Amino acid sequence: MSFNRSASDMDSRHLRQLEADSIAIMREVVAAFANPVMLYSIGKDSSVLLHLARKAFHPSKLPFPVLHVDTTWKFREMIAFRDRAARELGLDLIVHVNEDGLRAGVDPVRSGSAVHTRVMKTEALKQALDRHGFDAALGGARRDEEKSRAKERVFSFRNSNHGWDPRNQRPEFWQLYNTRLAHGETMRVFPLSNWTELDVWLYIREQGIPVVPLYFAAERPVVERAGTLIMVDDERLPLMDGEVPQHRQVRFRTLGCYPLTGAVESTAATLDEVIGEMRLARTSERQGRLIDSDDTASMERKKREGYF
Amino acid sequence: MHDVTAGDARLAELQGDAAAYADPPAARGTLRVLTCGSVDDGKSTLIGRLLYDARLVCEDHAAALARDSKRYGNAAQELDFALLLDGLEAERQQGITIDVAYRIFATARRSFIVADAPGHEQYTRNMATGASTAEVAVLLVDARKGLLPQTRRHSHICALFGIRHVVLAVNKMDLIGHDRAAFEQIARDFIAFAAPLGFQSVVPIPISARHGDNVTAKSAHTPWFEGPTLIGHLETLDVGADDAAFRFPVQWVNRHAADFRGLAGTVGTGRIRRGDEVVVLPVGNPATVARIVAADGDCEEARAGEAVTLVLAPETDAARGDLIAARDDRPEVGDQFAAHLLWVASTPLLPGRNYLMRIGTKWMPASITAIKHKVDINSREHLAARRLTTNEIAFCNLATAAPVAFDAYAANRGTGAFILVDRDSNETLAAGMIRFALRRATNIHWEKLAVDKAARAQLKRQTPRVLWFTGLSGSGKSTIARIVEQRLHAEGRHTYMLDGDNVRHGLNRDLGFTDSDRVENIRRIGEVAKLMLDAGLVVLCAFISPFRAERQMVRELLQQGEFIEIFVDAPLAECMRRDPKGLYAKAKEGRIKNFTGLDSPYDPPEAPDLRLDTTAASAEELADVVLRRLGG
Repeated sequence: MSFNRSASDMDSRHLRQLEADSIAIMREVVAAFANPVMLYSIGKDSSVLLHLARKAFHPSKLPFPVLHVDTTWKFREMIAFRDRAARELGLDLIVHVNEDGLRAGVDPVRSGSAVHTRVMKTEALKQALDRHGFDAALGGARRDEEKSRAKERVFSFRNSNHGWDPRNQRPEFWQLYNTRLAHGETMRVFPLSNWTELDVWLYIREQGIPVVPLYFAAERPVVERAGTLIMVDDERLPLMDGEVPQHRQVRFRTLGCYPLTGAVESTAATLDEVIGEMRLARTSERQGRLIDSDDTASMERKKREGYF
Repeated sequence: MHDVTAGDARLAELQGDAAAYADPPAARGTLRVLTCGSVDDGKSTLIGRLLYDARLVCEDHAAALARDSKRYGNAAQELDFALLLDGLEAERQQGITIDVAYRIFATARRSFIVADAPGHEQYTRNMATGASTAEVAVLLVDARKGLLPQTRRHSHICALFGIRHVVLAVNKMDLIGHDRAAFEQIARDFIAFAAPLGFQSVVPIPISARHGDNVTAKSAHTPWFEGPTLIGHLETLDVGADDAAFRFPVQWVNRHAADFRGLAGTVGTGRIRRGDEVVVLPVGNPATVARIVAADGDCEEARAGEAVTLVLAPETDAARGDLIAARDDRPEVGDQFAAHLLWVASTPLLPGRNYLMRIGTKWMPASITAIKHKVDINSREHLAARRLTTNEIAFCNLATAAPVAFDAYAANRGTGAFILVDRDSNETLAAGMIRFALRRATNIHWEKLAVDKAARAQLKRQTPRVLWFTGLSGSGKSTIARIVEQRLHAEGRHTYMLDGDNVRHGLNRDLGFTDSDRVENIRRIGEVAKLMLDAGLVVLCAFISPFRAERQMVRELLQQGEFIEIFVDAPLAECMRRDPKGLYAKAKEGRIKNFTGLDSPYDPPEAPDLRLDTTAASAEELADVVLRRLGG
């Protein structure tokens, strides 16, 4: 990963502005909070967040640890990518698994997406924040992802139970963020709030930021369930009667737990091709996320409970 | 049951079209747009229409929209675009917008961040949140209704928050048969109304958000209209170049190595070149910019909006909260100024109370020294006021605990804006915009006296202290304080006692018992105690002093260790039983209003220096406890 950019991209005022705004938000977090952490989900947004953080504090190292909440059902390529990134960038990486959930046998296939997400993601995140006493958590969520995200502040206040009260958010005047917290309260902070999915890809291309290869098309073993292509990433995915994994040319627009993440058929194997495909895209990126589709308001409900 | 055929037809049309997902444009910067206007004038519908016409509504979002339109929609036969934006469950159920929603989209010519602001008065603070960063406001008006009180209120807030450009979108033109005369009448009314608000541009456009007339394409229904479409206007609007002086609030100090001290921050306005001469404010130390560090390598120059790290020579002790400014074009430095405040909290503003102010990257205590007048948000009339409640605007004088660097908001949004925050609840209380510095602060210097506090204390062979007794009426504050004073006096100490009742006979006889008067009462006593401390005395203060904020204010007037907070703790029931002055009896009969513990609150100290349990020991024993704390 390098910070060099080509001369032709120097004109891109739009990306420069997004970059500068995000850097300012990250510096504010480090200046205003005692014990911040950056959430790292291994996806493209996390890769961008990490790159921005390195720029924000250059020439110093990242002044906070990086937290991955591992459900144990991530794609194998994601975990390999995570460990390589941590090694190469010298990250202070914390991996947290909800051991109670594992012992209770919660998994995305048998327990269902709602229970799995609540126990292995939402509860796990709260456990990790509480255990380490983090008072601010940086995340890569964007306002263009989902309607309730579009309503959320950049500095989003959580009560001591990690709850979000969407009807009573602190007004956010100018960039004069009110960063003050009482004991036990926390802040979730979203430096990529005003980025779009396309901005993220254009920035990845411009800056040469590495991302997990699953974003690029390749032959992968998949099964089709209710119109969604699920990759058979390991032997834990129970196959139904007569179900035989087929090799198809697919890629992912968003990455999560593999049994809950739909692939799209695609031949886009390079960044240029992925960006080209995006310009023709007719569906939103989170469409492949089975966990969001239960109900229109499901994201807001999850967020009120503490989901990122 | 609603018919969604129309919605399905739109979906089909959408899928048949080639997408127009434009590259972020390079020519003009992102434009920050606020949409506002009265309830039901169609703000959310307009944004939904913009996103839809810009082909930015994805298939799955459109499918969810068709589903939601059937469930919640206001538009019986069609897609209800408002549901694309009203993202909160409560909003969809109530069919109103509560909070500001941010939508980001780009056309082939420009990218936009659109803040969709709620119309209801109770959500004014959310509207103001959107206004604080917007460069242009799209003010919607229902063509059938014309200008409404909310239209005027939103116009005032836009002007107050420094928005210079307004688009008057006269919506629902289809419902008045695209009547030219009606449109022109509304446009004339608005231009007349807005003249004193000082907008740089006001552009009226007749539209129908629901049907798309003059939104992205010129409407065949309004051949008489020669102006631009809404998007056409926003794509080309010039919001003006930044020619303000260099301002750089220090956000974070980067100490990479022993020999590297970088001042990280974002250039607020202006530009800076390597070698430029600057000052670090409020202290005013001069320095030169030795390096402009960025991750991609050092730069020769940085402009407004860029996040960089400055290295100064000679190295100064600049820290977060300081402002670096051009040496030949400096901001004001002072501790008193006049400003407009929009009060957003549910608790009222109390003049004299200590609040926390954030200005730039600096946090410091501040208080409102006077409410000059309240501004009626509908008529812009000036009204007298002693306090301020939710969604009210006032012109006030403020004082900060130490000098701070600032500009007038009209000249510089970044260095002229501030927020006020409650010290206990951390609630954001107000947004403020500085109008001008108050000179009296600058010209009255604290007279340095040859004989100082230390010299006076030495002569008296004692350590000056303020012993602050707080507690309910009847808890025993005065009784214990009197015994402490007698014993100190007997030991040859120089003391003075300030008592609640006595002070109200003279110094504070103009004050009553409302919350704002109680705040002012304690402020004056604090200042008197400070002068007596300076005289070298041990000052005993026995006051109910019910509010934590004011006790904290007095503590901060003094140096560390000089203020000793003594909580005289007695349960309310016990105080009512004792009732030494018969006040509880009167209060219960309703003959005394705002009585602490009954109909006025008491905030017990969270961490007093001493807590005296009056149910466990006698007044004499408790006086001994205080004397032991003082070291005999």
